[in-house]
Amino acid sequence: MAQDIDEARTQRYIEVQQSAEFGELRAKFRRFVFPMTALFLAWYFLYVVLATYAPSFMATKVLGNITIGLILGLLQFASTFAITMIYARWADRELDPAAAKLAEHMEGGSLS
Amino acid sequence: MTTLAPMATQVGNTTLNIVIFGLFVVVTLAIVIRVSRQNQTAADYYAGGRAFSGRQNGIAITGDYLSAASFLGIAGAIAVNGYDGFLYSIGFLVAWLVALLLVAELLRNTGRFTMADVLSFRLRQRPVRTAAAVSTLAVSAFYLLAQMAGAGGLVALLLGITDRTGQSLVIAVVGALMIVYVLIGGMKGTTWVQIIKASLLIIGAIVITVMVGVKYGFNLSGLFDDAIKNSGGSDKILQPGLQYKNPIDFISLSIALVLGTAGLPHVLMRFYTVPTSKEARRSVVWAIWLIGLFYLLTLVLGYGAAALVGPDAIKAAPGKQNSAAPLLAYHLGGEILLGVISAVAFATILAVVAGLTITASASFAHDIYAHVIKKGEIDADSEVRVARRTAVVIGIVAIIGGIFANGQNIAFLVALAFAVAASANLPTILYSLFWKNFTTRGALWSMYGGLIASLTLIIFSPVVSGKPVDKATGVSASMIQGVDFHWFPLDNPGLISVPLAFFLGWLGSVTSKNEVNDAKFAEMEVRSLTGAGAEKAALKH
Repeated sequence: MAQDIDEARTQRYIEVQQSAEFGELRAKFRRFVFPMTALFLAWYFLYVVLATYAPSFMATKVLGNITIGLILGLLQFASTFAITMIYARWADRELDPAAAKLAEHMEGGSLS
Repeated sequence: MTTLAPMATQVGNTTLNIVIFGLFVVVTLAIVIRVSRQNQTAADYYAGGRAFSGRQNGIAITGDYLSAASFLGIAGAIAVNGYDGFLYSIGFLVAWLVALLLVAELLRNTGRFTMADVLSFRLRQRPVRTAAAVSTLAVSAFYLLAQMAGAGGLVALLLGITDRTGQSLVIAVVGALMIVYVLIGGMKGTTWVQIIKASLLIIGAIVITVMVGVKYGFNLSGLFDDAIKNSGGSDKILQPGLQYKNPIDFISLSIALVLGTAGLPHVLMRFYTVPTSKEARRSVVWAIWLIGLFYLLTLVLGYGAAALVGPDAIKAAPGKQNSAAPLLAYHLGGEILLGVISAVAFATILAVVAGLTITASASFAHDIYAHVIKKGEIDADSEVRVARRTAVVIGIVAIIGGIFANGQNIAFLVALAFAVAASANLPTILYSLFWKNFTTRGALWSMYGGLIASLTLIIFSPVVSGKPVDKATGVSASMIQGVDFHWFPLDNPGLISVPLAFFLGWLGSVTSKNEVNDAKFAEMEVRSLTGAGAEKAALKH
């Protein structure tokens, strides 16, 4: 009995996984998070490389004692906050409804 | 400003410090007992019933993450080394984007209690779980030792206890308290301790920042002026390069920091304390805002300590660099503010150690005992019983380890934990979440390879032996004095061990015969992205 339920559930998982809707959700998710990850990693390591290989450039004073290095560092904070907000909004709007629909489809058909 | 130096040896009022800390313990213990009356099931003990909101969990994550090393350590690094301390803090923040974008939600949907749940989901259970548990225990042990080692220095600074026996006694008291929290409170109680601690820490940092700000009319440039004056008149503290002399070394450290956070088992486990993946996302959003805010405040605290206390006075204090924030608090707010900051620092150690102990005990009981030794044939009650006993053992080991590690370099131990997490854990986490053809062999090669590579490279690095002897103090900055067996040139292994672990994961997978379990893979993929079949929250009591 329990085994039948498990098997039916497994069937459903495979069915959902192969559905066009799920393929679209997965593609949408990856199209967002992979480039975003590449972007923030590149931006962070650019900053690290500048700080380690171009310290005198980073020490250039822009206004009083405020240096380019400080501004670039604060921009790392700003970009981290921005990406966080952009992703959270995007995921709330784009990801959650599609995921909820598929989850419902998945649970709705379950025999348990 | 040099007049402050003599005071630095006996800061504040020891009795007051102890009273405020005692108050913290009494209040949190009462709360822990209150929230834990219904602490029965495995989900309660390991995951706080999965009933915390994203905001609560985000604050608790902040509490977990802002350990004594980052709270006292970064402020001190900025006070003494200026810009390089700031540079260091940025890696700790940016790292959270890896957790936000790639790990938190998928992990929450897929696993139950531990990191190994996710890694072994569609691979061979026993070997993968064992490897994941070994690396969880290793990372947690280094992190735990770092916290306990830090406790000794803190005691010297804040309670005026300088002899080793006295310090050992305090370490034992802190450890014993921690065991009590974990046994009574489980994950639920520990989470509340983290929430209270994080709130106090951030409020304290805001208060000090505002006080510094008022002194300088909220003019950052003016604050820097004084910091420069107090640092021998050189504006080198505004430039990179005071602490990190070797560029490759810092790049290596950055890799470990940025990829290590999302592989720290005690951070990952916190994602199971919320009911849904959406709340897991919220947790990270809250954590990023709060941690980011805190590091911004630390910038002011660090330069404020340089400007108002002075790097020389800080370096002469018992806790050396770590005493920057407490000394600044004393300078601005006298004994009371120092007492509060001291209590927060102790609470930090207590809370972080409790979180680590739960993680390590869960990994042993859930992964090794229940799944590897008993092959899953065990009821949840006995599993939790084993977890509790393990927590006691880990607590005792932490006390003994802390007594022996007293005085060791904390930053080194923390960097070690991050390097092992980035090498042994993160590659396998990402592969198993995103790569269909990942196999058991790939996972084992990547985890053991990453673990062994990072440990070996550290043992033969200059941190352990072979740094030149400082003429002023007569000691080498390495862990072991008088010998030199280092051949690896960098302080941090990340640059080599992280790419190696990714490579081994790929190599192991392409050389093993295809073992894709279509059913399990379908379940994992659908579950991770949609939440269908994910563990539900316990009913609210």
